[in-house]
Amino acid sequence: MKKILQLAAAWLLVLGAQSAQADLKVLACEPEWGALVKELAGDKASVYVATTGLQDPHHIEARPSLVAAARNTQLLVCTGAELEIGWLPVLIRQSGNTAIQPGRPGNFEAAAFVRKLEVPARLDRGDGDVHAAGNPHIQTDPRNIALVAEPLARRLAELDPANASVYQARSADFLARWKAAIQRWDKEAAPLRGVPVVVQHKAFPYLQQWLGMVEVAVLEPKPGVEPTSAHLSAVLAGLQAKPAKMILRAAYNDGRGAEWLADRTKLPVVVLPFTVGGNEQAKDLFSLFDDTVQRLLKGLR
Amino acid sequence: MNRSIPFSATLLALAMASPSLWAADSAQLQQLQQEIAAMRKDYETQLKALEARLKQAEASLASQAAPASQTAVAQAAPPAAPTDALATSTSSSGAASRTTGKGFNPDIALVLSGTYSSFSKDPTQYRIPGFLTGGEIGPGVQGFSLGESELTFSATVDPWFYGSMSVALAADNSASVEEAFIQTTSLPAGIGLKAGRFLASVGYQNDKHAHTWDFINAPLAYQVFLGGALAQDGLQLKAVLPTDQFIELGGGIGAAGEYPSGTGNRKKPGTGTLFAHTGGDVGASNSWRAGASMVWAKAYDRPFEDIDSAGNPVNSVFTGNSRLAILDGVWKWSPNGNSTRTSLTLQGEYFRRIESGSLVYDESGQALADSFRSAQSGWYAQAVYKFLPDWRVGLRYDRLDIGNVNASSNTANLYLPAYSPNRTTLMVDWSPSEFSRVRLQLAQDRARYGLTDNQIMIQYQMSLGSHGAHSF
Repeated sequence: MKKILQLAAAWLLVLGAQSAQADLKVLACEPEWGALVKELAGDKASVYVATTGLQDPHHIEARPSLVAAARNTQLLVCTGAELEIGWLPVLIRQSGNTAIQPGRPGNFEAAAFVRKLEVPARLDRGDGDVHAAGNPHIQTDPRNIALVAEPLARRLAELDPANASVYQARSADFLARWKAAIQRWDKEAAPLRGVPVVVQHKAFPYLQQWLGMVEVAVLEPKPGVEPTSAHLSAVLAGLQAKPAKMILRAAYNDGRGAEWLADRTKLPVVVLPFTVGGNEQAKDLFSLFDDTVQRLLKGLR
Repeated sequence: MNRSIPFSATLLALAMASPSLWAADSAQLQQLQQEIAAMRKDYETQLKALEARLKQAEASLASQAAPASQTAVAQAAPPAAPTDALATSTSSSGAASRTTGKGFNPDIALVLSGTYSSFSKDPTQYRIPGFLTGGEIGPGVQGFSLGESELTFSATVDPWFYGSMSVALAADNSASVEEAFIQTTSLPAGIGLKAGRFLASVGYQNDKHAHTWDFINAPLAYQVFLGGALAQDGLQLKAVLPTDQFIELGGGIGAAGEYPSGTGNRKKPGTGTLFAHTGGDVGASNSWRAGASMVWAKAYDRPFEDIDSAGNPVNSVFTGNSRLAILDGVWKWSPNGNSTRTSLTLQGEYFRRIESGSLVYDESGQALADSFRSAQSGWYAQAVYKFLPDWRVGLRYDRLDIGNVNASSNTANLYLPAYSPNRTTLMVDWSPSEFSRVRLQLAQDRARYGLTDNQIMIQYQMSLGSHGAHSF
């Protein structure tokens, strides 16, 4: 019994020492939120990113490494809007971490601060993998990043009041630079306005709305269902009447359907990084949109 | 307010539009002017009040979306928003859209499963020789069955608890409460406590529901040592350590009743467990988990059915201690960790059990009692390969070792062939979405001494309702 008590005391000491550690521990579900936390917190937070730009955020295994990361984190920053519904709930439950349970300050859902597009009028799995809250791929519009940055900085300050002034200053600085960058991207991307595009997955409605591109066809017959040859043929036939300028897909999508269509239509396939780390150029949030705009413009030529 | 606007406006219009009024009695006119002025004043104050209320409402909405500060809303509006109505909506959509749309009802998940089975040997005569078996043994029933259809209700209870209940249909058409537990969500130090009926977190597959298995039926080792799976009515404590490496420790106690304990004495706990799991990643493409578990069971009059030398069934009971050790491991690979198109899962578990106590052979007949001791083992290994987004193929091999069985004077009565029961299983399944699956499974089951049972099974599994998240 004495030994057990000693062990427990030692454990509590270890826990105490951990909480006294300086860095705020953040677990970001997707790379874009990890990058945003880095912008807002600098060296005040240590960020663990659960997924890479080459993984489909809908389908992630609740791996032991992620359970450990969820156990140790003070703040979970995820997209929400049911994007992570297949793995995050089990991760939160298995972690045993009180701080990150839904509704607690340690659980931050980015999509809650953005107006969602494509909110389904009816919920039926016959329509494929639809999300009740609307399309969750909000990070493809830089204006959404700005909308999330401010409440996220406030959440960081709430959880780590000692560094509140740092988060506030960094947030103001980031938003100023971001605003300038958006003005630059708006100017650069002006030729993309009204350009008709084919998309692989309904992953880009926010990008389309931002740049004024028009989606004329989707390669997936239903959201989350891999392209079938019958559906691809129908898309090909439809493009006769409504021609498009390019085919868009995210880096993590399988390329076969897009290539098949490209072979027959001679349309360029534009592989967008989709998030930070989606390709070599997309190193942070700024280069993510630099690269996205450049790739789209290149597709236009 | 709404009604007074058109009324005063009409009066106003009347007053301005009728020259006859102008010509009329000036006192009357003055009175009318005063009335209009009073009305205008009233109207203005009401407007102001409305404006104030609007502002208040906006502020409270903003503070809901952003509890820390209200003034920040202005900053949160997009820095450069040339064309958009989208960006100005930050506060209004904030708080309202945060729920996942289930109201206060529990999540309901229904798994509809059906299997058609064809066995070359009679499954009612299924026996695994040399083991004191109990629980769910055997390949199931011939023909069509609704086996492993399941209904689960689950929800967060309040800030402190989570609850879940699953009712399952077995292949023999009986319904049973597979799990019904509550779980804490607010204990410190990564600790979670479960109470109720739950699948114990021992081994790898034990706490996974049948519809998440890669093969239609449980490995032979799970059947002989745990009666399919160990469910406990009791308590289970689990803690994830605050280390970078995933380490999970836990243990539980359960009432006597289900195999491998017996029904004789419910005053004392019938089963106890201890388990430890660890795991991690190797690069972005590989992840793994390994564990070691112990299961203790007190068996009181635990029944089992054997056959005598003439091949007739004999009912016997075992009373004593049962200790089971399990080693488990799983390795998952997918290119860059993206398992939508290609993935490989390797999984294996090793079981070793020692039982000691006394055995009453042919309890209802000769009732021959004597001491009993056995040391037995078994294992399985399986690989499942996803080669297209919708298609997987899997191979599993099962093997049991009858080991040492010493039943003293009863040894000669027990059916103990010098034989290692084994089985080879091949499956291919097709999942057009993550909610549906159709599976074909072929097996050569050599569990029975001298008999090879060729088994063909076709199964569908459909998942309706709330989106279940699966553990690793």
